[in-house]
Amino acid sequence: MAAVTKSGLDKNNKYDRQLRLWGDHGQSALESARVCLINATATGTEILKNLILPGIGSFTIIDEHKVQGEDVGNNFFLSKESIGSSRARTATELLSELNEDVSGDFIEESPSNLIENNPDFFASFTIVIATNMDEKSLLQLGELLWNLHVPLLICRCYGFIGYIRLVVKEHNVIESHPDSTHEDLRLDRPIPAFVTLCDSLDMSSMNKKDHSHTPWLIVLYKYLQQWKDSHGGELPKIYKEKSQLKELIRNGVLKNKDGVPEDEENFDEAVRNVNTALHPTSVPSDVQKLFKDPACLNLTSESRPFWILTRAVKDFVEHEGKGALPVRGTIPDMTSDSERYIKLQSVYRDQAAKDVSDVTRRVHKLLQELGQDEPLLDCNQFKTSSLLHSNPCSISEKDIKTFCRNSAFLRVIRCRSLKDEYNPETANVTLIGQHLEDEDGDDVVFYTLLRSVDKFYEKYNHYPGYYTQQVESDITELKACLSKLLQDWSLSSTVKDDYIHEMCRYGASELHTISAYIGGVAAQEAIKMITGQFLPINNTYIYNAMKQSSTTLDL
Amino acid sequence: MAVTWSGRWNHVRKVTERTGPFAHPDFEPSTETLQFLQEVCHILVIGAGGLGCELLKDLALLGIRNIDVIDMDTIDVSNLNRQFLFRPKDVGKTKAETAANFINLRIPGCNVTAHFAKIQDFDASFYRKFHIIVCGLDSIIARRWINGMLISMLSYEDGELDQSSIIPMVDGGTEGFKGNARVILPGMTACVDCTLDLYPPQVNFPLCTIAHTPRLPEHCIEYVRILLWPKEEPFGAGVAIDGDDPAHVSWILEKSQERANEYNISGITYRLTQGVVKRIIPAVASTNAVIAAACATEVFKLATSCCQPLNNYMNFTDIEGVYTYTFEAEKKDDCVACSQKPQNISFCESDKLQDILTYLLESTTYQMKSPSITTAINGKNRTLYMQSVKSIEEKTRANLKKSLAELELCSGQELYVADPTTPSSLTFILQMGTKME
Ligand SMILES: [Zn+2]
Repeated sequence: MAAVTKSGLDKNNKYDRQLRLWGDHGQSALESARVCLINATATGTEILKNLILPGIGSFTIIDEHKVQGEDVGNNFFLSKESIGSSRARTATELLSELNEDVSGDFIEESPSNLIENNPDFFASFTIVIATNMDEKSLLQLGELLWNLHVPLLICRCYGFIGYIRLVVKEHNVIESHPDSTHEDLRLDRPIPAFVTLCDSLDMSSMNKKDHSHTPWLIVLYKYLQQWKDSHGGELPKIYKEKSQLKELIRNGVLKNKDGVPEDEENFDEAVRNVNTALHPTSVPSDVQKLFKDPACLNLTSESRPFWILTRAVKDFVEHEGKGALPVRGTIPDMTSDSERYIKLQSVYRDQAAKDVSDVTRRVHKLLQELGQDEPLLDCNQFKTSSLLHSNPCSISEKDIKTFCRNSAFLRVIRCRSLKDEYNPETANVTLIGQHLEDEDGDDVVFYTLLRSVDKFYEKYNHYPGYYTQQVESDITELKACLSKLLQDWSLSSTVKDDYIHEMCRYGASELHTISAYIGGVAAQEAIKMITGQFLPINNTYIYNAMKQSSTTLDL
Repeated sequence: MAVTWSGRWNHVRKVTERTGPFAHPDFEPSTETLQFLQEVCHILVIGAGGLGCELLKDLALLGIRNIDVIDMDTIDVSNLNRQFLFRPKDVGKTKAETAANFINLRIPGCNVTAHFAKIQDFDASFYRKFHIIVCGLDSIIARRWINGMLISMLSYEDGELDQSSIIPMVDGGTEGFKGNARVILPGMTACVDCTLDLYPPQVNFPLCTIAHTPRLPEHCIEYVRILLWPKEEPFGAGVAIDGDDPAHVSWILEKSQERANEYNISGITYRLTQGVVKRIIPAVASTNAVIAAACATEVFKLATSCCQPLNNYMNFTDIEGVYTYTFEAEKKDDCVACSQKPQNISFCESDKLQDILTYLLESTTYQMKSPSITTAINGKNRTLYMQSVKSIEEKTRANLKKSLAELELCSGQELYVADPTTPSSLTFILQMGTKME
């Protein structure tokens, strides 16, 4: 990552507020991303705006259309003067002003021409974003990108409804940044150095200050041993047993000369943490699933670094780890004097470092077996993003460290293809049916209606309600299109006329604020795909601005 | 003023000139709706930052022309990753004026008026001009203040709220990948103070941890910021820390590093130091776009009635997938801001005035910032404690240590409390009995 922008600003300052979210390595991935937008609609330019501002590498707009009066009405990146000229050109010019460090390019051509005549063109993009494409070209593009392993994000705004569909064969997430997690403290199978540390401390001989500054983790461990000794070595499991342990801890609070318990914050913390800290150490089911994944079990020279690392961790769990993942190596802050807290922290850090080195050895071994062993690249600061795409030889020490630290949160997303969604034989009809039956399921009603307006368009070459004088007759026709669709899906559900009426009211209008909302959400999904951080949707997102509600479903 | 062209409002007119089953019962489809948006409707945008820039664009592209924007800030480099109306050449200029100029240039016919000012610089006569007020603020104090202002402007006749005195408030907030949007009809639906528990008070590290038992790099930075800086005055007597001055941050970084080394603490960086010193909240373009768009859609619904407004609170987050949660926040019967009921507070005669002050600062219901307390005894106003004026603070400071009995306060005594979180002072009725928890 270059340190300064074109006009000499410090990038650390310019991007400070987002670097705190995805780090320098996330930013580096963003700055090397090439983004393709098909159609510079209001939705399209809003998405690009939110990608250009944080600093993607480059963007290319594909749009064959000339700017019309109504385009300038809802699109911030077109001007009155541009009416009649190329929409791709004007949008590229105005969007480029947003960030001098992003390069913009455009192609005045229809996407279907490009798909037919120059399919390789799309292979060079990190992600393709499509807005307002007709169903036929969209399915062609979907097929092409599916085979090229290029993620496709389809976005659409229709009246008060927004729609996003992610299409990607496989996406791996190492840093999913879960909002709340269990700490990895291993009180049920303590780290040897932790036991040594605890055993070296005798709480009964401590003065008041040391007693009340002994970290709760150690306090809890000590009383846990007492409890185990009187319960045949078993840990407390049920509520009643945990309450007994809490009582035991409470009784350990120092008492003053009148027999009144002192205020010992560390003991309060120990009691508060009994339930969460005794959460048994285990491999989360999402990660267990990955261990059983054929991509993990059958490594080849083509395997992504993600799978080689997953396999190395799996092998670690089965051997050195004795059934547990590498230690995360972090502890929460707690009442303590500095010295003992730092000691305790080192115990966990050192074990984590040891586990990383075991996993590293296993990575070497796997690479050797695959005939790919080369010395591991040394700690290249911004390498994590390479784990997603490039070849296994680029796995660095730092990558392995990041991977081990996040091993409990690894995620893989495999979307269904567009082809499967659009083929009635393979469509996820059961799910759609369930939602249509659900009283609160009306966000999904709009999915069926978006599909229906496309059928309508195919038949009449305009969207229902586009012409004011035809709104009434279009309602009947749209209803017929919807019935046909439900019939194709063999669904007997019905959709209230109100929804059909509302859809015809919209007449394919693209309200700017709906575009701006979808522009924000879709840009963030693109950033997730580009950085390999955070968890993208799988696979369809419907936004209902009438109620400010939204639904995600796997179609 | 016909600044328009063929097809310009096609998208908006579909929903303003046609009705639908989900429109507000009062909605009449008509060309007059667009005309109202363009010629009559007057919207105030508070804040020209991450949300404000988006809001101005969003409202202007929905056909609203008369917009005022208030912001007291100037443009900083770190704004450029999301505040898209600003360029590197604008750094140092005022946000309100730069944003207004950009919108007026880009969107023909739009008339944004900028106010480089604080919201507290204006009174009710200013705020009364607007049909709807939409906030993109990062400060809870400012939110509560404008909320209080709109409530103070309500008029009641025989206890009945005069509907025409209501100015709806649409409020957005973001933090990293999380955000919320809400619609407040002052006097009718939950206000900012009704739901104060949704904004948890900021937690500070205990001073004893910072001073004696640091464990985290943050503890070391806070030590330098709170204890070392005032002692050493590295940039001269009385010079306050400027988190944007690299020399200041570097000095804090160096001293924090020294302290961290002393305790074997690792992880002090420039970014962390600046983050702690400035209490930086992470921000991205995408979340601001989402929340501002939701707020602008609500303004549009309220202004046109083309659809029922949000009832009344939406939470958004997109860390794991994309998730929204919409619910009806409830109006609190005894809300300090909007219930019109005096607040009962209960203390013992032996409690000190300081205890009342602490309670007002720390209780989740009030979360005040620097309350001043006055009362009336035998028809005479008496200032018990005032923080904002230095000479009065010195004169009244001794009262804090006095008990309520010594101050001759008894049950039923009315206390009037002024605070930056509210434009008008609040009445509390003192009950002598047991102390409040
Ligand atoms: Zn209230």
